[in-house]
Amino acid sequence: MNPYVPILIMMGVAAVMAIAGLATSAIIGPKTYNRAKLEAYECGIMPTPHALGKGRFNIKYYLVAMTFIVFDIEVVFLYPWAVAFSDLAVFGLVAMLGFIALITVPYIYEWRRGALDWD
Amino acid sequence: MTTFQPPVIDWAALTPVLVIVGAGVLGVLVAAFAPAARRRSIQVVVALLAPLAALGAVAWRWSEVVGGGESTFVAGQLAEDGFGLAAQMILLVIALVGFAVLASRLPGGEDAFTPQGASAPGSAYEEAARKAGLEQTEVYPLALFSLAGMLVFTMANDLLVLFVALEVLSLPLYVLTALARRRRVLSQEAALKYFLLGAFSSAIFLFGVALLFGYSASLTYADIGTAATASVGMDGMAVVGLLMVLTGLLFKVGAVPFHAWVPDVYQGAPTPVTGFMAAATKTAAFAAIARLLYVAAPGFAWDVEPALWVVAIASMLVGTVLAIVQTDIKRTLAYSSVAHAGFALVAIVSLPEGGPDALLFYLLAYSFATVGAFAVVTLVRERDDAGNVTGEATHLSQWAGLGRRSPVLAAAMALFLLSFAGIPLTAGFLGKFTAFVAAADGGAWPLVAVAVLASIAAAFFYVRVIVLMFFTRPEESDEPQRQRAQAVAPGALTRVALVVCAAGTLVLGVWPTPVLDLLAQAARFVV
Amino acid sequence: MIDLAWLVVAIPLASSALLLLLGRRSDAWGHLLATLAAVASFVVGLLVVLEVLGQSPEERINDVHLFSWIPAGELSIDAGLRVDPLSLTFVMLITFVGSLIHVYSIGYMTHDPARRRFFAYLNLFVAAMLVLVLADSYALLFVGWEGVGLASYLLIGFWNHNTDYAVAAKKAFVMNRVGDMGLIVAMGLMFASLGTVSFSGVDAAASGLSTPMATAIGLLLLLGACGKSAQFPLQAWLGDAMAGPTPVSALIHAATMVTAGVYLIVRADSIFSAAPTAQLVTACVGAFTLLLGAAIACGKDDIKKSLAGSTMSQIGYMVLAAGLGPIGYAYAIFHLVTHGFFKAGLFLGAGSVMHANGDSTDMRTYGGLRKVMLVTWATFAVCWLAIIGVPPFAGFYSKDKIIETAFVGEGWQPWVFGGAALVGAAVTAFYMSRMFFMTFHGKARWVDEASKLGADDPRPRRHPHESPLVMTLPVVVLAIGAVSLGFLLSLGDGITGWLEPVTGHVDHPEPVLPVPVILTATLVLVAAGVALAWRQYGMNTVPLTAPAGSPLTRAARRDFFADDVNEALAMRPGQHLTRTLVYADTAVVDGAVTGAAAGTVASGRVLRKLQNGYVRSYAAMILAGVVIAGAVLHLVRL
Repeated sequence: MNPYVPILIMMGVAAVMAIAGLATSAIIGPKTYNRAKLEAYECGIMPTPHALGKGRFNIKYYLVAMTFIVFDIEVVFLYPWAVAFSDLAVFGLVAMLGFIALITVPYIYEWRRGALDWD
Repeated sequence: MTTFQPPVIDWAALTPVLVIVGAGVLGVLVAAFAPAARRRSIQVVVALLAPLAALGAVAWRWSEVVGGGESTFVAGQLAEDGFGLAAQMILLVIALVGFAVLASRLPGGEDAFTPQGASAPGSAYEEAARKAGLEQTEVYPLALFSLAGMLVFTMANDLLVLFVALEVLSLPLYVLTALARRRRVLSQEAALKYFLLGAFSSAIFLFGVALLFGYSASLTYADIGTAATASVGMDGMAVVGLLMVLTGLLFKVGAVPFHAWVPDVYQGAPTPVTGFMAAATKTAAFAAIARLLYVAAPGFAWDVEPALWVVAIASMLVGTVLAIVQTDIKRTLAYSSVAHAGFALVAIVSLPEGGPDALLFYLLAYSFATVGAFAVVTLVRERDDAGNVTGEATHLSQWAGLGRRSPVLAAAMALFLLSFAGIPLTAGFLGKFTAFVAAADGGAWPLVAVAVLASIAAAFFYVRVIVLMFFTRPEESDEPQRQRAQAVAPGALTRVALVVCAAGTLVLGVWPTPVLDLLAQAARFVV
Repeated sequence: MIDLAWLVVAIPLASSALLLLLGRRSDAWGHLLATLAAVASFVVGLLVVLEVLGQSPEERINDVHLFSWIPAGELSIDAGLRVDPLSLTFVMLITFVGSLIHVYSIGYMTHDPARRRFFAYLNLFVAAMLVLVLADSYALLFVGWEGVGLASYLLIGFWNHNTDYAVAAKKAFVMNRVGDMGLIVAMGLMFASLGTVSFSGVDAAASGLSTPMATAIGLLLLLGACGKSAQFPLQAWLGDAMAGPTPVSALIHAATMVTAGVYLIVRADSIFSAAPTAQLVTACVGAFTLLLGAAIACGKDDIKKSLAGSTMSQIGYMVLAAGLGPIGYAYAIFHLVTHGFFKAGLFLGAGSVMHANGDSTDMRTYGGLRKVMLVTWATFAVCWLAIIGVPPFAGFYSKDKIIETAFVGEGWQPWVFGGAALVGAAVTAFYMSRMFFMTFHGKARWVDEASKLGADDPRPRRHPHESPLVMTLPVVVLAIGAVSLGFLLSLGDGITGWLEPVTGHVDHPEPVLPVPVILTATLVLVAAGVALAWRQYGMNTVPLTAPAGSPLTRAARRDFFADDVNEALAMRPGQHLTRTLVYADTAVVDGAVTGAAAGTVASGRVLRKLQNGYVRSYAAMILAGVVIAGAVLHLVRL
């Protein structure tokens, strides 16, 4: 038997279950509507289609996000490196130092261009 | 558990890449530390010197490598061979002229980029930034990073490296696309579209990589190629995987049906960026496609070839047909670039012997004309009532009679268009000629026939622009009255770039022998 | 030094490129650089000549390989230089006369705002002309051939704001193109039958050509030569080409470019030797043109156009000599060199006269200029005596040899050719004397600006004056050449011995008439021509407006209806052809194209719907592409 057949069967089953669920609720569910029911599901808070200030997010929002990414990427990469540190030895150390040096450059850039000054 | 073996890194082979990356990092530091007044000039110097230095490095590697010194390194993930070096050389030449246009400013001192990318279009803040004469000098390191990704693209001998290089070359281009000085909303829309579709195609690419890995248990081209010959009966997966990887790359070259972003992005992006992007991205991505096809995929050639035939034919036809109905010069050039993706594909589709060098020559010819043509577009401007130079006049009707007002510039444009059309004595003719000959040698006769027909049809809209420039009086144009375009005097850098592009187009058209010999001698892949 | 012969070409070429690229920035010193380049080219050429003189005669043919130019399969063409006595003779003529004319132009073009561009073109011309004569293959020769055509076009139309001048430039270009077609087809035939277009290859293999093929190639080469050298039937452009600045007329349309046809015929000796018919046609064309040109020169009142007719006629002599075969080659080249000097001198003298007369070229408004322009008068007189062949001036030595040689042969030919050459000499004497007397002697037919004569005086007001030294000096040098060159070049073996490695050694058979008889007849006829001109134009008053004249005069004034013939034979049918073609084009081709275009536009509209600007539909397109491609591949594999 072709090794793909089980996958095909699984996909079929998944599709049937999804469609069946939707179909059943559409067929047997009670159909009453009111205003609350038609609103987006947001746990009681009114949805905000626009941020404050003419529909734009504050620029600082992005700055924080970017600073976060600088460190986030660093950590994501540092973790597995730390785990395999002893195996990677000098090669790993040099590589990581290079990486950190490179990732510092944008950080310096952010700092010099005032991204860290909040006001 | 096996102990870790550090891979051998051939630093010498990486010098061109390192030079460019180093220059990019330096550019970021310049943006951080240099005083605002001198930032731009330092950036321009760095951005122009770096490709020059890298060209020197490539020349050095060429002397070391071509004719027996080819090798793969970092565990077979990167390859250094004549083909890669030749492609890098072309990329660096494009970068030199492209950056020269990128760095140009109008006589009034404004460059092609928004003074402050973070400002909202039309806001008071933007106006203030403009008045303060701010400049977004981050453009130069971004372009350098993109170039670095392209250089790696030509060397990548491994799907993961290819993916990383793909992202490195793409992400800066997304940002650059968003930075147009005028029509900023269009520019931002273009960038967002480019980004979303790029991400989408990257996802398909990665999916393909996963399938190929599943098939061959390796990511390096050589292993995939070996696995293909030692077939184990799952090559259905491999073919689909290869197809998806190719989709990611064909997206970058803008081949049909993965071309939809091309006109929108080429139109929206700042014109110098469009010129650089159109020439360099296409060159890099075609280099990657060629390496993938020739090294990893010969075993699947029989399977993938029909799909590539369809893509090539569709690109030529759709590009040509849609270019004819455009009324905007940038969109016309964009669709022409789609058609050219098809023409270039013709050279390598059936993996002929002379395909790689024909492809490289084609790309070189195309690149000169592209950078040159878009450089001309940057100079053809509208004027406001007070006579100040404003935005680019991209509507074709505005170009009517340009040949009378600026004969030299219009003649240069005509030269580039003739090269696009493949008229003899221009580089484009020999590019098409060598590409079609290679394809015919490989037995792809029907494809060549379509290609010849398409290039004849395509000549129509190039000649139309020439006729418009030289033989139409503005008042004869039946379009609604628009302001006539006025050419501004090119700055020194643009002037140099235009001269280089025009000279390249002519020299390659009249006396191509040295370049053809060089490419024929170089265009070999290391396995 | 021979290996450095490429410098001869490279120096003016580089200078020209520099001047054109630098643009206005080089306005201040452009003319000096260009002149320097021409002189430097002459110096290098001279050094090469000295080295070649040091070689023994049989070694004097040097081929210098430069680079492989067109390596396309079987057609492999190398670019190289042929440095031999023939090409060096031309190099000397071109660079020496060229340098003098550069110097002259400094003065002549002082007031022209585009002087730098003019010099750039002049340099371009010199470089192209040198490529033409130094080439070692017909292909490279053709490059130079087209190059001089281009330079000539640019220079004739230099004052292209004047529509007539621009039209004249175009006319010259188009008529040259007709000749060029001959050269191209000849090259094609050579390659098809011999497999090579290099001089050495063709020379080695030409004896094996079949006579019809050799005749065809020879006639086509002759067509090319006729176009460039303004020989019948492609002669009509030369008169109009006088629209260019006078130094251009002197350099290009008298001394050098127009003689390229003679060079081609002499160079293609091996072909013509294998094709007696082509040779005979060449001689006939030469003999006919020498009379035609002389007649035109008699009829013109425009000093430059008259000189143009004279050039046509003198080149007719050269073509006649070249058509006589090896016995005539050396004399053709000899006359070419001396003619280069005295005709350039005449043109430059005419330029001085025009310069002095407010750029008027009408000889009927000159007269009596000897008193105000003594240097110009003296040099013009010397060149005049040289061209009509009065001993011991240069023209006597060279032209007399041609006349003698024309009388060599059997049957009707010596009588016809010799007779034509003799009559031509007489007519030459007449029209040149006419020009000389009308310009410098007789009563002045102009009024000095300062004079107080009434406004109703029909004579134009002028202020003639001698030209500055920078203009008279080159003319003086040329005049010295016109005096001495004939004697110098026939000393000892002279130019015939120098050219022997190329033209081959020939014994000169006796003419059908004894040489002293021919000589006497020539001199008597020349004297008669001068006397007639003196009676007509020296002693009598020349009317300000031309009299009606005989039908012959009227025909000569109109270039013997060459323009009308061209119009009737080429232009009108051509126009009808194009009109028909345009009609066919609109009706048939355009119909198809419009149809196709409409179809394209329609399909474009449909396709454009796909380009709706929504990212989601673009993404869907990509996805559909992948899915369909994958599905199709799998179907194909099944």
